[in-house]
Amino acid sequence: MLLREGQFRNPSGCAVSGIIDRSGKRMSGECMIRSISVMHDRSNGLGGGFAGYGIYPHYKDFYAFHLFFDGKGAQAETEAFLGRHFEIAYSSQIQTRKIPSVTDEPLIWRYFVTPLSRKLADSHLDEREYVVRCANRVNVQIAGAYVFSCGKNMGIFKGVGFPEDIGRFYRLEEYEGYAWTCHGRYPTNTPGWWGGAHPFGLLDFSVVHNGEISSYDANRRYIEMFGYKCTLQTDTEVITYIIDYLVRKRGLTLQETAHVIAASFWSTIADKDKESREQETLLRRMFPSLLVTGPFSIILGYTGGLMSLGDRLKLRSMVCAEKGDVAYLASEESAIREICPQPDKVYAPAGGEPVIYELYDKEAVR
Amino acid sequence: MNLYIQPEYEVVRDESRCIACRVCERQCANLVHSFDAETGKMKSDSTLCVNCHRCVCVCPTHALKIVKSDDTYKVNGNWSNQTINEVYRQANSGGVLLSSMGNPKEYPVFWDKMLINASQVTNPPIDPLREPMETKLWLGKRTAQVKRDKKGKLINTLAPQLELKAPILFSAMSYGSISYNAHESLARAAEELGIYYNTGEGGLHKDFYKYGKNTIVQVASGRFGVYKDYLDAAAAIEIKMGQGAKPGIGGHLPGTKISADVSETRMIPQGIDAISPAPHHDIYSIEDLRQLVYSLKEATDYKKPVIVKIAAVHNCAAIASGIARSGADIIAIDGYRGGTGAAPTRIRDNVGIPIELALAQVDERLREEGIRDEVSIIVGGSIRSSADLVKAIALGADACYIGTAALLALGCHLCRTCHEGKCNWGIATQRPDLVKRLNPDVGYKRLVNLVTAWNHELQEMMGGMGINSVEALRGNRLMLRGIGLTDTELSVLGIKYAGQSM
Repeated sequence: MLLREGQFRNPSGCAVSGIIDRSGKRMSGECMIRSISVMHDRSNGLGGGFAGYGIYPHYKDFYAFHLFFDGKGAQAETEAFLGRHFEIAYSSQIQTRKIPSVTDEPLIWRYFVTPLSRKLADSHLDEREYVVRCANRVNVQIAGAYVFSCGKNMGIFKGVGFPEDIGRFYRLEEYEGYAWTCHGRYPTNTPGWWGGAHPFGLLDFSVVHNGEISSYDANRRYIEMFGYKCTLQTDTEVITYIIDYLVRKRGLTLQETAHVIAASFWSTIADKDKESREQETLLRRMFPSLLVTGPFSIILGYTGGLMSLGDRLKLRSMVCAEKGDVAYLASEESAIREICPQPDKVYAPAGGEPVIYELYDKEAVR
Repeated sequence: MNLYIQPEYEVVRDESRCIACRVCERQCANLVHSFDAETGKMKSDSTLCVNCHRCVCVCPTHALKIVKSDDTYKVNGNWSNQTINEVYRQANSGGVLLSSMGNPKEYPVFWDKMLINASQVTNPPIDPLREPMETKLWLGKRTAQVKRDKKGKLINTLAPQLELKAPILFSAMSYGSISYNAHESLARAAEELGIYYNTGEGGLHKDFYKYGKNTIVQVASGRFGVYKDYLDAAAAIEIKMGQGAKPGIGGHLPGTKISADVSETRMIPQGIDAISPAPHHDIYSIEDLRQLVYSLKEATDYKKPVIVKIAAVHNCAAIASGIARSGADIIAIDGYRGGTGAAPTRIRDNVGIPIELALAQVDERLREEGIRDEVSIIVGGSIRSSADLVKAIALGADACYIGTAALLALGCHLCRTCHEGKCNWGIATQRPDLVKRLNPDVGYKRLVNLVTAWNHELQEMMGGMGINSVEALRGNRLMLRGIGLTDTELSVLGIKYAGQSM
């Protein structure tokens, strides 16, 4: 019998793409669908997905929970749980379009929620930690229910199929966001479970990833010390947790986080100026078990920005481009040229070099 | 009635090759060989032979070999020749049997029941000849706070750590149990390799203070040679609570090995057996250990990491958890195969557990409790090759101690007679005529060669797995698979069986 995703380790090859308009102007999801479709051969129809930022301006103060349900029973149980922990401002089925190649879809629902103030106070938790723990409880404790997106003013849309089909399935041309990422999956196992598609999200962080990391179990066993549980056993999941731990829990900047995950070689560090040398050496000495080795390139989405990062040997491709206010990140240049034929600037970042594009006015979207 | 006991090994001389040059006679401190003037031929007395192979190695015509005797008592599945002989010996002497080096019995070797992964297709192997392959690491606590200065730069709040160019250290072997030249070889090799050697409990010879930055000094229950300058000289201080070869008892150094120089270094009388107490008499519990850890830190101004070394015993995971909360920076765990210069045979062969199992349990326990960052883990006893090293790191070790392998590099042939102090290889002896046989200029180079070779092999295996930093191998148990193991053994080791995929 085939095991469900999460019951075995599932590495995969992939395509990724991302776009951000730094002026904050919102774009429909159409561009991402076109961009990822060029890289069709980098996926094998076993997973595709998107993350959009700034797509829920009318509910921007609420956590947008996106859920898969196997059936009405799981939904009823989950709604009871959510009702005990959150005020639900609005809920609805996520509108989809029937696509012949997208089959076996679960029930897909969206809830805009905010923690019940009394419950939150009693929990003695920071609000974001409270939300994370509630989402994890649904995923671990309610069979047939899976929270796959839980950030504010952002949402993840994913499923089993080629990414361009998944995009049309979710009618992403009807959403508008200032930033998008997407992912086409080429898993080397065949689970066919919707929750296993990417992006993987935690609060407003979303990660799309191409690669197969060799440090997986070292990273997993380390990060699980801090309350994370790697239930999906994918690289994307563990990388998301590492970023969440370093940025949200330890207070590192994204640049510093990049120096932990894709640290420069000691020999490279030795050649840097004194200040960089000291800072990067310190980060490697503090978090050696969060160094990620083996091929990967990721695009991290977060409120107000995108970051791309590749492994330090650059074993996976990543191309960046700019055109006016708009910045593009993708596995292949063709995916950028498809939606921006004449960029002002195209470049390939070095291995381990983070590329960060943020809104000129990050406060505007908070 | 002093029963004659047939020797276990016999010296065999090929008369057609022997030229009676008498080099074997001059080289054997056990007086096995002699020249018969009447016949003009060499004779040998196998009852004196310890099978150290010195004569075999130095014989210019290769006329000598040592063979296992085929003399036997009536064959008995329960009472082996050795067991019977040991009863005779004890009935003769009334004494405790003494042995040296590690447990030689045929217990399972779990290193040999684990296999290592390699990359194929979905991620690439990395070629260490063409790409950087990092084996450098730091040992110590990693529990620093993220603090920033006014400009927002991170401030270093880490406790002191040890920097190593390879995940290998020479384990504790005291001056006294081994010779001056052996110590000099270890110290110089550690310096050249960018790693550390360990003084053991015998103090630090005054000539070797200059290697302090590559020296770990030991504080053991006998406190031999411990004083302020000794602590100040070192890169790190190790509290020896136990040793894999003899858990539950203290060190043994026979009086015959306590020369004037050893006596001065240890600060004890010459020629009298040095038996350290079984416990530290100021440590009867975990809270007492904490006091010694902080006493040593106070004495050295919090500038050096403190290592606590324990023998691998049944409850080592819980003990390690206690140590990790005691202020120690590093835990060293010594398996039951670990070597010694002298130990009661029954203890060496029957007390303690395999390091593979102890390591797996300690690492897992510290992670379950969320305190793995409080300490680094060094394991030893016994790491025999770079393959053992890779497997130890993948199970969760930060680095490995090597003792027996280092002595082999210096010429040791594992005759397991160190306690007699007549080491023909100049290692486990204090007799000047024997010590001088070990040339430190040669010895240190052989140690450098050994560690360099292992480090190359480590890099090759890491590259094969697609891992280019030893820190991404640490605790990476998915890189290991068991073979020929029971379900219980797999679960204790925390690994899957060969053929089970990711």
